[in-house]
Amino acid sequence: MTDEGLKLLAAALAIGLGSLGPGLGIGMLVSKAMEALGRNPEAQGALFTNFILGLAFAEAIAIYALVVALIIKFV
Amino acid sequence: MRNRAVLIALGVIALIVVGRLFFPGPAPHVSLKAEPVLHLGGLVIENTTVAAWASMAVILLVFWRASRSASLIPSGRSWQNALEIVLDMFLNLCNNVAGPRNARRFFPLVVTIFLFIFVSNYLGLLPGYHTIGWVEEGEHGSVWSEVHLGPLNVAILPFNAQQVEGHDAHGPEGATIGTLAPWLRSANTSLNTTLAIALVAMAFIEFWGLRALGFGYLGKFINVRRLLRGDIMNGLIDLFVGLLDIISELARLISLSFRLFGNIFAGEVLLSVMTYLVSWVLIVLFLGLELLVGVIQALVFALLALVFATVAVTAHGEEGHEAQPTHH
Repeated sequence: MTDEGLKLLAAALAIGLGSLGPGLGIGMLVSKAMEALGRNPEAQGALFTNFILGLAFAEAIAIYALVVALIIKFV
Repeated sequence: MRNRAVLIALGVIALIVVGRLFFPGPAPHVSLKAEPVLHLGGLVIENTTVAAWASMAVILLVFWRASRSASLIPSGRSWQNALEIVLDMFLNLCNNVAGPRNARRFFPLVVTIFLFIFVSNYLGLLPGYHTIGWVEEGEHGSVWSEVHLGPLNVAILPFNAQQVEGHDAHGPEGATIGTLAPWLRSANTSLNTTLAIALVAMAFIEFWGLRALGFGYLGKFINVRRLLRGDIMNGLIDLFVGLLDIISELARLISLSFRLFGNIFAGEVLLSVMTYLVSWVLIVLFLGLELLVGVIQALVFALLALVFATVAVTAHGEEGHEAQPTHH
């Protein structure tokens, strides 16, 4: 395998494996938020803000994987 | 009723097949870097910059139109009323998150970030973006026949590109081989734009933190209080925690800018690949998805800026330090 091919593989693995965890995390977050919303629909305002925040923090991990993948590919 | 549904389904399938067979979309060309549009001396103006100007112009026009004949009680169908609904929503959000004292201070930044990102994302989905531009000649890419628009030789994506790929592409006479460098490209598909927004937001956040807490704000990052008091072990831990705080501050910059860039850029790539695979009908679903992503990402960026600002102006529990020594 050439160096270029290895680089491509590494970049794909970085983002692919790196988004596994955040995907699971966001799934759990959404399921719990929906559950909470079902139990207490009045809490939507407070729930929404915190939900978006948690979403952003879970997503940030995937973003680091994306950064690493881009660095592998282009640097 | 049932017959009609079947008829519609058949029609959609027929459209997809016809589009796939006879009107193939252009081969996707993915460029991470924004393409230059104009060279003014040493200054390069990229297409994302032009798009950012376009969205600024749209925002200015809309708000000028709405505030031109502003009244205290706007009529139900006026532009002013529509915009006031949006602004009021954000004011309520700021009140909820930051409290009434800081809400009005944070509100302009939050709503500006939201409006700019939102308008840029939605404008980027319009036809004309990513499709009209110069041909950058090169070894790879499609074969372009010439279209003269006055003195300019322009390329318009589906119309004068032929689907020939690779090195051995030989077009007809007067054709050029190369890739499209569009004049307009969704502003947030360049890391420069998103990093600029994130830098402005973080600069404001640090400024607000400094103004609200004075030098106590810096104490969060360089915490030598317990070290000076002679408590070496805990002092070193404080120093280390301060270091972590500095790193997390920088990581915010990275995650803010890359989140927006990654989402919008991936959306563009998704759209261009889907146009290539199935050029008709199915693309509408993905456009709908991008409409959703566009507003959510704008909201996320604005909300994160708001929350970070709120955290920055809140005292770090230093006053109650003696009472709760383990609090960190």
